[in-house]
Amino acid sequence: MKALRNLLDKQKPHFLKGGKFEKFRAAFDSVETLLYVPDKVTSKGAHIRDAVDMKRTMIVVFIALLPSLIFGMWNIGNNHFLSYGEAHGFWANFLYGLFKMLPIIIVTYGVGLGLEILFAQIRGHEVSEGFFVTGLLIPLIVPPEIPLWQLAIAVAFAVIFGKEVFGGSGMNILNPALLARAFLFFAYPGDISGDKVWIADKADAYSGATPLGDAMVGDFSRFTPDAALDMFMGFMPGSNGETSTLMVLLGGILLVATGIGNWRIILTVFAGGYVMGLLFNMWGANEYMNLPAHYHLVMGGFAFGAIYMATDPVTAAQTKKGMYIYGFLIGMVSILIRVFNPAYPEGVMLAILLMNVFAPLIDHYVIEANIKRRLKRLKLATK
Amino acid sequence: MSTVYKIKKGLDIKLLGEAEKTIVDLNAKRYAIKPPDFIGCFPKMLVKEGDKVKTGSPVFYDKYRDNIQFTSPVSGTILEIKRGAKRKLLEVVIESDGKGESVDFGSADVGTTDRDALIEILLKSGVWPVLRQRPYSTIAHPKDNPKAIFISAFDTAPLAPDFDLIVHGQGEAFQTGLDVLSKLTTGKVHLNIDDANTVSKVFLNSRNVEINHFSGPHPASNVSVHVSRIDPLNKGEVIWYLGAQEVLTIGKLFLTGKYDPARIIALTGSEVLKPRYYKTFIGARITNMVSGNISDSKCRYISGNVLTGEKIERDGFVRFYDSMVTIIPEGDNFEFFGWLSPGFNKFSFSGTFPSKLFPNKKYRLDTNINGGNRAFVMTGKLEKVFPFDIYPMQLIKAILVEDIDLMENLGIYEIEEEDFALCEVIDTSKTNIQEIVRNGLDLMRQEMS
Repeated sequence: MKALRNLLDKQKPHFLKGGKFEKFRAAFDSVETLLYVPDKVTSKGAHIRDAVDMKRTMIVVFIALLPSLIFGMWNIGNNHFLSYGEAHGFWANFLYGLFKMLPIIIVTYGVGLGLEILFAQIRGHEVSEGFFVTGLLIPLIVPPEIPLWQLAIAVAFAVIFGKEVFGGSGMNILNPALLARAFLFFAYPGDISGDKVWIADKADAYSGATPLGDAMVGDFSRFTPDAALDMFMGFMPGSNGETSTLMVLLGGILLVATGIGNWRIILTVFAGGYVMGLLFNMWGANEYMNLPAHYHLVMGGFAFGAIYMATDPVTAAQTKKGMYIYGFLIGMVSILIRVFNPAYPEGVMLAILLMNVFAPLIDHYVIEANIKRRLKRLKLATK
Repeated sequence: MSTVYKIKKGLDIKLLGEAEKTIVDLNAKRYAIKPPDFIGCFPKMLVKEGDKVKTGSPVFYDKYRDNIQFTSPVSGTILEIKRGAKRKLLEVVIESDGKGESVDFGSADVGTTDRDALIEILLKSGVWPVLRQRPYSTIAHPKDNPKAIFISAFDTAPLAPDFDLIVHGQGEAFQTGLDVLSKLTTGKVHLNIDDANTVSKVFLNSRNVEINHFSGPHPASNVSVHVSRIDPLNKGEVIWYLGAQEVLTIGKLFLTGKYDPARIIALTGSEVLKPRYYKTFIGARITNMVSGNISDSKCRYISGNVLTGEKIERDGFVRFYDSMVTIIPEGDNFEFFGWLSPGFNKFSFSGTFPSKLFPNKKYRLDTNINGGNRAFVMTGKLEKVFPFDIYPMQLIKAILVEDIDLMENLGIYEIEEEDFALCEVIDTSKTNIQEIVRNGLDLMRQEMS
């Protein structure tokens, strides 16, 4: 370890201002801070600081995503072989999925981190860890057959226009991972919707529709009473990592236990979705509306969105009351889009992006209420 | 009659090195008054190096409020007047001659002396600066009539000294101090004590004051917390506040007619071999506490606690308002994959370290920032250690953009930088929040005056 530290210390001057590799400072910096927690000490304010930093926070989210990632890889393999009428063991399914997903993950990280380092260099900042998680979220919410060049463009779009133009991680208005998906959705709809894309290298005759796809075209034959459990477990085609509600919940438990994911938002998104489902049940104008409300919670990316996307601390509402409103509306709008909008089978992505835009407004009114309380107290005091 | 106020939000950081309950004499040779301890004070010197002073002899005064003067805590010689950049006055060092000669200000019967005369004596003797005001934490203005006076008789900060021990046997001086204070305000004098731990008769038998009980984690002992619960501060209002040892100084002034700057200072921290209490005077040099009493590691010497204290040198001086010195290891070393290690010995308010499972564990924490500076990403966290009806993140941002109206609306008058200390500790983005808040308060003070 000493040798490595010595090597870094020896090379460091070359990367600092005036050194011969000055242009690669941000890249060197990202490697150094990855290997070593810096030796910087407190100079102002509190003398001790919490052990948590952005890297620690992000690695926990990363770990929380692993169940979904591993299950997703297995599921890709499983669905692929099922479409040919074959059944294989865990490892065969998993390895098939692994080789399908690796290029997607590599392209996402390559493009995203490359841009992050570039911007950090230009701005003279340290490289932010924000993309550490975004880079894993994006592969989990795209179909297994996503063309890599499209993915690369979407990631670049999300990083540059979703984040860096606002000033980088922490300044963005929209969730970058969902923005990448939205970009794909509107730019290349043929490759991210329909019934062809959800199973990797599928046999032609086999139907590859997702439950949401079926529901949208009015085919409710698969929604048998025990299908909900299947959907909860996630044995169905879909985006790479979102199909299993169970795995998503496992990650969710870790996020809530560590205090990184906000339980208020998670709970209210689910509540909002469920209440909207019940409202539709009462209305009951068509078969989709009559679908028992709990199906909505286990279908599609609802749970994944609720736990990993809606809770993004940068783009969510930041006041307690605001969080309740924000989460509840995401849940409701998701189901509203699902049931009412013929063009979009899944509404979570758009609901979250929409509420991302409204989050500052919600917070504004919550804070105004605080200000009014203070002014009222002042009035009473001066009377 | 007393009320118990329960503080729910906050955090007790448990550190190693609590002071044993024994008091020894420090016998410091040198003392210093440090003008930077007094916010907004522009010192004008009244003495030169080499001048002889007695306890209570004026040393400097505030240029803009010239009736506020600062007097020597010991008798002896002015040894050094230390200035920094732009000739800013940093320290006036006084070498004690051990004779203990004092200026006599004449003892006065508190009951029959009127308010103006009391203030006059406090000002002349240099005791006045123990009274500070909110907002801004500047020294109280003699012309103001505060709506209340707050005394915090306990401290919930990490390794904080035990005030029961400090005031032990000084009931008379304490009560006299309270009697003086009650004449300085038309409002109430609030003596705020720890509901569970304060047992000293000196506090519990106090008369002429309202005794309020507080319970809960730090910052339950902060003045802003007490004010927010008892009598919230509105725009344009002023309260005064002081600590228990400072009440004693006021009391003794009127009992004896002399400025008695005696202080008991707790020496604490994981690097101290024998953490205990020292009897000395305001502004004592810490050399005698620390020599031969510190572990071998490279250390940070702090006057005050780890949250709000100030870094001082190994031969530095205790600040005017501090009752403790803390010594912790410096953390200027690289840690290999530190962010990835399980970290059983690392303290974190977040749940990302297993140490969270052992809430009673005591830590040896160093001064490493534990990460790099980032933008605010983890929102909604600061609120958990901030027991006010104020949005901390929004207020910080309002300060950063220097929006005076917004700062005022979001409640900047009700808080002080120390109230943000815990926010600063737990902040994932490693922002120096207390510095930002101080800048905001300074800006408000300039704009409003």
